Amino acid sequence: MAILDKHKIIETNATLLLIFSFLVVTVGGLVQIVPLFYLENTIEEVEGMRPYSPLELTGRDIYVREGCYVCHSQMIRPMRDEVERYGHYSLAAESMYDHPFQWGSKRTGPDLARVGGRYSDAWHVDHFRDPQSVVPESVMPKYDYLERTMITPEHIEDLLRTHRTVGVPYTDEMIENAAADFRAQTDPNADHEGLLARYPKAQARNFDGQPGISEADALIAYMQMLGTLVDFSTFEPVDSR
Amino acid sequence: MSDKQHKQEPETTGHEWDGIQEYNNPLPRWWLWIFYATIVWAVGYTIAYPAWPGLKEATPGLLGYSSRAEVEKEIAAAEAGNAEINARLASVELTEVVEDPELNSYATQAGGAVFRTWCAQCHGSGAAGVQAAGYPNLLDDAWLWGGTIEDIHTTIAHGIRNEDDPAARWSQMPVFGDILSEEEIVQVVNYVMTMSGGTPQDAAAAEAGAEIYEIQCAACHGAEGGGDRFQGAPALNDAIWLYGGDYDTLIETVTYSRFGVMPPWQNRLEEHEIRAVAAYVHQLGGGEASRD
Repeated sequence: MAILDKHKIIETNATLLLIFSFLVVTVGGLVQIVPLFYLENTIEEVEGMRPYSPLELTGRDIYVREGCYVCHSQMIRPMRDEVERYGHYSLAAESMYDHPFQWGSKRTGPDLARVGGRYSDAWHVDHFRDPQSVVPESVMPKYDYLERTMITPEHIEDLLRTHRTVGVPYTDEMIENAAADFRAQTDPNADHEGLLARYPKAQARNFDGQPGISEADALIAYMQMLGTLVDFSTFEPVDSR
Repeated sequence: MSDKQHKQEPETTGHEWDGIQEYNNPLPRWWLWIFYATIVWAVGYTIAYPAWPGLKEATPGLLGYSSRAEVEKEIAAAEAGNAEINARLASVELTEVVEDPELNSYATQAGGAVFRTWCAQCHGSGAAGVQAAGYPNLLDDAWLWGGTIEDIHTTIAHGIRNEDDPAARWSQMPVFGDILSEEEIVQVVNYVMTMSGGTPQDAAAAEAGAEIYEIQCAACHGAEGGGDRFQGAPALNDAIWLYGGDYDTLIETVTYSRFGVMPPWQNRLEEHEIRAVAAYVHQLGGGEASRD
C-alpha cells in the first residue's frame, strides 16, 4: 500500500493536486484531438473544392449574421432518408474553407448543404421576401430587407485576408482582384474569365434580378453554389473514411 | 439504514483531519461489478469498432463497421426491392407507363413521393403552383410546354431556361420596354385584356393595340392568342395567367418580360424517378393523350 500512502501527499497538497490534474487532462485531451490532425482517414481531400468567391463569402457572412444556422443545417448525414431527400452525404472536406463551419445542430428548416441549383434565383428572391408566398406551411421569417440593402466590396480584401490568416489559401492575386470579382459575379455582361480562373464553377449573373448589388445577390450566390463544387459522379467513397 | 450503522462501532478509513474521522462506506458490490464490466466492455468495443489511432490511420475494428458502407448497403437493399419494376419503368415506352395499370399505379405512388420532396417547394404540395407568381399550376389543362407524358418527361428531365442543361427548354420574350413606346405598350396590353374576354381599361387603346399585337406578339402567342407550346408561349385567350392578368401586371410583363427558370432534374434524379414523377403529374388532372 506504499503507493496509496504516497497518494496522501497529493490529497493534502492543493497545488500539487492541481498540477497533476492538469497533466492528466492534458494527456487525455491530446490523445483525443491530435490524431484527428494527422490520421489519413480524417483528412480526406476531394477534387473540386475551392475557397469561396468574394461575393459568395459575403453571402456566407450574411448567412451567419442572420443566424440561418439556427434553423438550417449544412450536413447531410450518411443515412438513407437524408441521402434520398437531400443528396449525397456531406464530406468533411466540403467544409474545409468554412470558418466557422455551418453544420448546425437543428433542423427547423431543411438541410441546405446541397441547395445549390435546386431552385431558381427568382424562387429564392420570392422566398426571402415572403417565404409563405411559395411554401404556405413554412415558419421561416421574412427577409425582405436583404434585397433593399445595397452592399459594396469596401472591406472585401480585408475579409479575404482574415480568412487567409486562418488557413484559407487565398492568393495575393485573389485578394488584389477581390473587389473586381465581387462586381463581375453580379454582372452578367462582365468579362468572367478571371473570375472563373480563380474560382472555377462560380456562377455569374444578376441573382436578385434587380439593379445594383444587394445583400440578396450575395446570399443567393452563396445558396446557389452550396454543394455544387464536388462532382459526385466521379467521386469514389472510401469506406474506411 | 442509519439504525444499522449505529448499532455497531462504524468502521473508519483511518483518515483523520482536525479530529474529524472518515467512515469507510464502500460502494455497493453490484455497482462496483457493473462498473468493472463497463470497462471490459469498452475495451472489447474499441477492438470491434474503429477506435485506436495509429501512425497513419485508426484501427478499423474487427467488425469492419463503416457508416458509409452501412448507408450504401441500406440504399442498395431498398433499391433491390424495387429493382425489377424500376428497371421496367425506366425502359418501357412512356405511353406504356400511362397505359399499364400496374406500372401506372406504382409510378404515381413513387412519383408522388418524388414530387413532395423535389417539386413541392415551387409547384406547391398540392401541385396548384403559386397563383400569379410564375409557378405554374399543374392541375389544370393549360400547359406551357405540353401536357403529354413525353412533354412532361422532357420538361422535368431538362428543365426550363437553365444554364446547366444544354437541352433545357428555352425561349425568351423580348423586353418590349426597349422596342415599343410606353403608349404602344399600353395599347397592346389593353388589347391582350380583351382577348380573354376581359374589359380593357381603355377600349380605344385596345383597338389600336390589335395591330401592334399582330406585328410583335402573334408570332409566338398566336394570332388568336392561343399560345405556342413549341416555344413555351402561354395562351393569352384564357383566364389562366402565369404572372397575373390585371392591367398593372401585364404592363410590367410586357415592359420587362419574364424569365421563369426550372432546374434540370436529370442531374439529381434517376430516370425511373423522373418517369415516376412525370406519371404523377400527368394523372393530376391535365394530362393529355400522347400524339402518335
